[in-house]
Amino acid sequence: MKVTLEVNGVERTVECSPWKRLLDVLREDLRLTGTKEGCGEGECGACTVVLDGEAVNSCLVAVGQCHARRVTTVEGLARGEVLHAVQRALVACGGAQCGICTPGIAVCAAHIVDHDLIGECDDQTARARVRELLAGNICRCTGYQLIVDAVIAAAHEALRGSGSEGGAERRADNGAARGGDQV
Amino acid sequence: MTDYVRPRDLDEALATRAAHPDWMVLAGGTDLMVNAPHVVAPAGILDLWRLPAIGFVRVTDEAIAIGAGTTWHEVERHPAIRARMRPLAAAAREIGALQIQARATLGGNVGTSSPVGDSLPVLLALDAELEVASVHGRRRVPYRQWCTGYRTTQLRPDELIVAAHLPVPGPATRTTWRKVGTRRAQSISKVMGAAAITLDGDVVTEARVALGAVAERPIRIAAVEAAVRGLGLGQAAEAARAAVRATIRPIDDVRSTAAYRREVAENLVARFFSMS
Repeated sequence: MKVTLEVNGVERTVECSPWKRLLDVLREDLRLTGTKEGCGEGECGACTVVLDGEAVNSCLVAVGQCHARRVTTVEGLARGEVLHAVQRALVACGGAQCGICTPGIAVCAAHIVDHDLIGECDDQTARARVRELLAGNICRCTGYQLIVDAVIAAAHEALRGSGSEGGAERRADNGAARGGDQV
Repeated sequence: MTDYVRPRDLDEALATRAAHPDWMVLAGGTDLMVNAPHVVAPAGILDLWRLPAIGFVRVTDEAIAIGAGTTWHEVERHPAIRARMRPLAAAAREIGALQIQARATLGGNVGTSSPVGDSLPVLLALDAELEVASVHGRRRVPYRQWCTGYRTTQLRPDELIVAAHLPVPGPATRTTWRKVGTRRAQSISKVMGAAAITLDGDVVTEARVALGAVAERPIRIAAVEAAVRGLGLGQAAEAARAAVRATIRPIDDVRSTAAYRREVAENLVARFFSMS
């Protein structure tokens, strides 16, 4: 099957089985190896990408389902040389160790910050909320403290209006994906 | 090579299903794709993800109808479900984590009917009815009759799940849901349960109690429902505990032991009927 999808703003076409996992198409066919395979069962979140405005596990998506859809991988977070606010904060806070979970965490955290999923609340509530939102991204090296610090820092930066310029655009994408007669 | 169809509407979906009953019916893929690298590729994929005909929530005074393609993220955020069917919204929030909730659908949970499907005891307690369709027409099946065994259901090879219809509990009915796992999010349950308890003052007039992960499929515990009728809260808790002990036969597996499951199930059901 010929599958055409938009990956990080670029239209790509692959010829493969619709049953092939999006994760494998990204890594093998498109050579976007930033997306990692951890468990391959949807438990660890290392393979998280944004598909039509939703953070999803790319190991659980059949690529046939991605025809005419939009994917953002960790390679698509930065704008040229300028890292996404979440990436900068992960660097600044030291929110990474071995690195296998990091791309998934960066993508999920960017999704959280770009869509303001934390909402307006006090710091303690915000931290609890980040832990819940990131519960699908498992790190086995260390704790989550520095990762949570980074997401909170990036969220503050976004609130100050100096977040990544892609933020507003992604927000608009999400609105469209959730539109129509859904819920 | 695996074929692939993304139908435009329900008629095309049903026609494809009738023509290819051996194809995999796929929506969010959060269950069916787990084994993708380890199984033979399906002959074809009937992709129902975002099929508009099964993506809706319809609210009336008496009932809420939830389209099979509705994700748990959408269920959790829906104001009417949050207000009138709190246990379903609560269960939705603990199904996997954000990435799973964005893809996993009500129809998928019902279609696989895993014994550990988190929403399933809630559907039993709320007395849900499923609407299924084929090229020959539609029928409704009470959810309590839906699961026939381990991951088997009444769904016929030419049918698709369209919606779940949930009657809104009355003001005298309190509903609860509780999951016990190793971790708050993303854990597969050791035991979970749900209840809808109708009270006259402090006295139980009717109860529906359901448990997951204690049998080969999610089950209503009729012995509990009979034991608590006419009892006051508190007294009902002890009767419920005894009835659970006498009824369920959980198993040892990688996630827990039969003994642990039995004890937790007893505590969980007893708490449903406690005073507070």
